Amino acid sequence: MSSMDKEPLFSAKNVKLLTTPLNDENPITVQVLGICSALAVTVKLEPAVVLAVAVVAVMGAANVIISVLRRTIPQRIRIIVQLVVIASLVILVDQVLKAFLYDVSRQLSVFVGLIITNCIIMGRLEAFALGNRVWPSFLDGVGNAAGYGWILIVVAFFRELLGSGTVWDYPVMEKLGLYTIGYENNGFMILPPMALITVGIIIWVQRSRNRKLIESK
Amino acid sequence: MEGLVNIFVRSVFIDNMVFAYFLGMCSYLAVSRTVSTANGLGIAVIFVLGITVPVNYLIENYFLSSGALAWLGAGFANVDLSFLSFIMFIAVIASMVQLVEMMVEKFAPALYSSLGIFLPLIAVNCAILGGSLFMQEREYANIAEASAFGLGSGVGFYLAIVGIAAIREKIRYSNVPGPLRGLGITFIVTGLMGIAFMSFMGIKL
Repeated sequence: MSSMDKEPLFSAKNVKLLTTPLNDENPITVQVLGICSALAVTVKLEPAVVLAVAVVAVMGAANVIISVLRRTIPQRIRIIVQLVVIASLVILVDQVLKAFLYDVSRQLSVFVGLIITNCIIMGRLEAFALGNRVWPSFLDGVGNAAGYGWILIVVAFFRELLGSGTVWDYPVMEKLGLYTIGYENNGFMILPPMALITVGIIIWVQRSRNRKLIESK
Repeated sequence: MEGLVNIFVRSVFIDNMVFAYFLGMCSYLAVSRTVSTANGLGIAVIFVLGITVPVNYLIENYFLSSGALAWLGAGFANVDLSFLSFIMFIAVIASMVQLVEMMVEKFAPALYSSLGIFLPLIAVNCAILGGSLFMQEREYANIAEASAFGLGSGVGFYLAIVGIAAIREKIRYSNVPGPLRGLGITFIVTGLMGIAFMSFMGIKL
């Protein structure tokens, strides 16, 4: 144990906790978790970024709390304890959003509440925070939330660019002068099914670059 | 009565949980490898949604929303507990799922063993919590409307998961490009099914 205590904060093992969820063990494209809330908020970039930040905050904090309490939580009621911790943190985030970013919180509608049932958070608490020390748990939480966040932001970027011709409400396509030469916004990108197809394409690109992720039949 | 049918049909086809809101995607993707397990999970979801949405409706309207505690006496008329709704909803859902699990174990042991871990996971299925949150957001007028919405959403989820399971059983014999195999093609097929379901949007009820 004493050697563990002297481990530097960003040792190779800890950095790995932070980076593998970004690619090799990405929560969305590889572990298939947390897709529910991931897709509906990706019509525009701003709510997607806000949701990603909210998930990073909730997940980092939830992992720390569960990791601190891990020796005192009885095995039988751990799911309810986890849900209560997550739900309380989400209430905090929800109230903060309503106070400072009211418009975005309207756009996110029920999806802030749905962070509670985001299976990534539950999954990481079960799989990691219950058995690990506080600092690695924090890194693991933040890493997984970031892996979730970047997919969200990439999907939102393409949907907003192709669907509304803007990026963060800045009219890119108009400034490039594409409308004058006959370009039109693809309204289809705003509709729900295109989020699924965009994620499908991200998975396709990611797996052809990282062939060890390819599934056997 | 007409209004109830309207809400039911809307929530099955037009506001379908999976295709219009992407709720319940995790279990939708994880349990849709074969039709038989998808069938079992779909029925369990119909059941849980059909119970929790009306129960949460009662809790919302008689305990949590602003002024809902007026029945306790004049002193409680200004109490607003709506910030507690997330935690109450999830508590109701968790206990209902526990109840369903015990009932399935008692009356349908075969289904119980085939569903395994996925039965308790219904508690963290976003379609279930989403049902209650949409019920709250849309402010249904009475408990009958809330029940129609809950049941309809469950049936919508059932249709979606059984449909994709049937397609995935067949797609196993197709020659899908390597990187797209499994998850990727499932996403794209779901997207295409979503486009098909969008054709219901034009229906005016």
